[in-house]
Amino acid sequence: MLLGSFIEAISEFEVLNKGYDLDREVRVPYCCDLLSIAMGRMPQGAAWVTVMANTNALAVASLAEAACIILAEGSRLNEADIAKAKEKGITVLATELPVFDAALLIYNRLHD
Amino acid sequence: MNEKIILNYNVDSDDFTRAGEASGNVKRNLKLMGVDPDIVRRVAISLYEGEINMVIHSNGGAIEVIISPTEIEMILKDEGPGIEDTELAMQAGYSTAPDNIRSLGFGAGMGLPNMKKNSDELKIESKVGVGTTVTMKVFIS
Ligand SMILES: Nc1ncnc2c1ncn2[C@@H]1O[C@H](COP(=O)(O)OP(=O)(O)OP(=O)(O)O)[C@@H](O)[C@H]1O
Ligand SMILES: [Mg+2]
Repeated sequence: MLLGSFIEAISEFEVLNKGYDLDREVRVPYCCDLLSIAMGRMPQGAAWVTVMANTNALAVASLAEAACIILAEGSRLNEADIAKAKEKGITVLATELPVFDAALLIYNRLHD
Repeated sequence: MNEKIILNYNVDSDDFTRAGEASGNVKRNLKLMGVDPDIVRRVAISLYEGEINMVIHSNGGAIEVIISPTEIEMILKDEGPGIEDTELAMQAGYSTAPDNIRSLGFGAGMGLPNMKKNSDELKIESKVGVGTTVTMKVFIS
């Protein structure tokens, strides 16, 4: 599913930032909070679900080319990091759901 | 393109807000130069892990990236404290990251293994009390 359609399809998630590349493919949910594991293992087209709402997670998402980040468990970026997501064009969504539930919702929506 | 392009960056200890700047900038440059996306990704990952290690574990230092038609060489030189046992440091899961750093998402002990996996050559020269120089190469094509 294209990222633009994915954001629309998963309206349960709050959109903290819409990135530049809405035509990229979202293929699979991926869950990990340890940044260097996420960096090494991030699959192509990942919808990355994490509770690590910080600058470093944004850097990992950008460098490892996640399709988007989903901040779970009600974790939120601060103002400076939202500005950074905008500057780097990273799509950031947020939800109160736990990590597993968020990933399951993504999986189901991708396979509807 | 026959000449080399050299990019230089300073890395400050503990400056997490700027960590990832060198790798992000190198990535942007390589993309603009039309380098193969897989190579760009491998360089970005290797360089980020090295850069963040300098921020977390070292007293700061400098990064030099030399882009030539056949390879991308990354030289990360810091001003200490050095690594006592580089073989141990290379092991997956080995980390000395303190709790406050772990709470930011670091400390899996996978940074150096990621650098090894994503680069074609990795050399670590370290002297306790002096500093560490990490040299990585990624070959183009
Ligand atoms: N530039 C450096 N100066 C001093 N020590 C270093 C340096 N780079 C790495 N180390 C040591 O090597 C260990 C392993 O590094 P590695 O990057 O693999 O894991 P980490 O940084 O602890 O955690 P992660 O990278 O998974 O977040 C570090 O915990 C640290 O003790
Ligand atoms: Mg590391």
